Amino acid sequence: MSQKTMRDAINEALHQAMEQDESVFVIGEDVAGCNGSAGDVGAVGGVFGVTTGIYHRWPDRCIDTPISESAIVGAAAGAALVGMRPVAEIMFADFIGVCMDQIVNQMAKFRYMFGGKSRCPAVIRFSAGGGFSAAGQHSQAMYQVMTSFPGLKVVVPSNAYDAKGLLLTAIADDDPVLFFEPKILYQETCEVPDDPYTIPFGEANFVREGDDVTVVAFGQMVPKAAAAIDELAEEGISCDLIDPRTTSPLDEGAILESVAATGRLVVVDEAPPRCGLTADIAALAADKAFASLKGPIKQVCAPHSPTPFSPELEAAYLPDGNKIKAAIKATMG
Amino acid sequence: MSIPSETLSNAYRLMKTIREFEERVNAEIMNGQIPGFTHLYTGQEANAVGVCAHLDASDTIISTHRGHGHCIAKGADVSGMMKELFGSSEGLCKGKGGSMHVADIDKGILGANGIVAGGPPISVGSALAAKIRKNGKVAVSFSGDGSVNQGTCFEAMNMAVVLEVPAVFVIENNYYSEHTNISYAVGCDDLKARTEAFGFPVFVADGADFFAVYEAAGKAIDHARAGHGPAGVFAEQGRYHGHFVGDPQHYRGEGELDDLRENHDCLKNFRARMAETNELDAATLDAIDADVMAEIEQAVVDAKAAARPTAAQVTEDVYINYGAGA
Repeated sequence: MSQKTMRDAINEALHQAMEQDESVFVIGEDVAGCNGSAGDVGAVGGVFGVTTGIYHRWPDRCIDTPISESAIVGAAAGAALVGMRPVAEIMFADFIGVCMDQIVNQMAKFRYMFGGKSRCPAVIRFSAGGGFSAAGQHSQAMYQVMTSFPGLKVVVPSNAYDAKGLLLTAIADDDPVLFFEPKILYQETCEVPDDPYTIPFGEANFVREGDDVTVVAFGQMVPKAAAAIDELAEEGISCDLIDPRTTSPLDEGAILESVAATGRLVVVDEAPPRCGLTADIAALAADKAFASLKGPIKQVCAPHSPTPFSPELEAAYLPDGNKIKAAIKATMG
Repeated sequence: MSIPSETLSNAYRLMKTIREFEERVNAEIMNGQIPGFTHLYTGQEANAVGVCAHLDASDTIISTHRGHGHCIAKGADVSGMMKELFGSSEGLCKGKGGSMHVADIDKGILGANGIVAGGPPISVGSALAAKIRKNGKVAVSFSGDGSVNQGTCFEAMNMAVVLEVPAVFVIENNYYSEHTNISYAVGCDDLKARTEAFGFPVFVADGADFFAVYEAAGKAIDHARAGHGPAGVFAEQGRYHGHFVGDPQHYRGEGELDDLRENHDCLKNFRARMAETNELDAATLDAIDADVMAEIEQAVVDAKAAARPTAAQVTEDVYINYGAGA
């Protein structure tokens, strides 16, 4: 057990999965890096360094590709169909735009369309989310979109501990899993066991426990919500903070149980509001916990706009502690 | 080939402007003044300028994540670009797009583009418009050696042939798709032949030599403008910086960057040619250098003083109008 960054925790999970199972391999753009060059092949380890060192131990199972996202996802899906356990990296979640067919029309639906006779145990990893002034094509969450496709499992870790355990679960899972790593959290640290461990899908984490309001947050919004809740605790307001960790499957029970107890719900996500997770969770509570509600459900999310470049604009765009605190208070009337 | 001296001096001015713009942007990123992900074009200036010298404002270009040079070569307002990179609301894109999305539609610049090979299909659309309107315009897409392995690039090239549109595909080979060498990422030995197999001619140039690019691009653009369908330009020239600012460049061989800067420099090559031919004298080139330095300095001063965007602007410009009463 030691303090590890989310980057290192994911890297450790990849190493351990590679050690345990020879059918696991890593594929993507620059996951090794420098191939074909006069330089140091393997020195890159992905643009965020998440696959560092894998090439040096398993050169045959750390596969650099051309810039060809459709072929990367398709190759992962095809290898998985015949029994491998690929872990593909798509550099930015936004690039789902390039390879959407292979994800949603192909790998997501194989098992159902083939009458339950196939398995596609592929994992696709993405860096996701805002906070880097990376503008409209390198900042999107995207997991809220992918959650709407049956057949895909969707994971959004909010800390290093969860990231490691969830990734090991993802790699061992026999369904296709999309694994979204909030890139603003790569450098964030927490205690992470050295040994391999798994965290089940569909099991939410209660990050804070309280009586007055239920707060559900995703990805990089979890630490922001935790900080906001800690500040409100000094004002005598106590909140449950639920991190679902996987958006599909979703731990509906944990959310409904908490809402039944508090009667109030705030949902926080960094993506825009329409057809997103905040609306999804709000609808869940309105449908299945209506009798418990004592006040309006509040959604805290980005506006219906692309992610802006300028730091001032992005700061206004992304939910922050003040918006979360205001929403919590608004549910209390 | 005789090139008018005004074209020559403009070309030199634009290449020098790109060089100084990029080097200053690099310095300002290091100073923490410019946020986000930035990809510099230094070293490849002759590509953009040699191509755009054949275009007027109503021809279009579409660019890449490494787009500053293409935009400047096509006539983008340099001060407005600098303000955009600084995130000002006075920037060309009001601080919404930044480095990867600089655009100047009135100048025929359909935008830098953050998606590899996002541009070629869009450029085919611009070329199709020119064909339908019979206005003699051409549409140029710049993309890199990394882009040629994307399906969108293949689809655009084939459809441009099928539709017989005046699309010009400029492929800039800087040898690295991000951190991976072209010798690994492109599976065939002859990319020119692979591209020509789509059914259009490709003209190859040394990207460190403005005159070579100018000549090759002239052939391709004349071909397209004359209604013979698409054409391609391959320009080979390494970039002097990393894939992005901050890239440790582990893929470089020993002495590779020194060799590029020493022996493959479009500005040095241009000056050497002028010294031979006396088409432009050294004093004229020195005066251009001084002008450019002053322009870039002023652009940075103005960018630092320019207005900052406000929160209310986040939701502006998502649509022209939207919803009830809009």
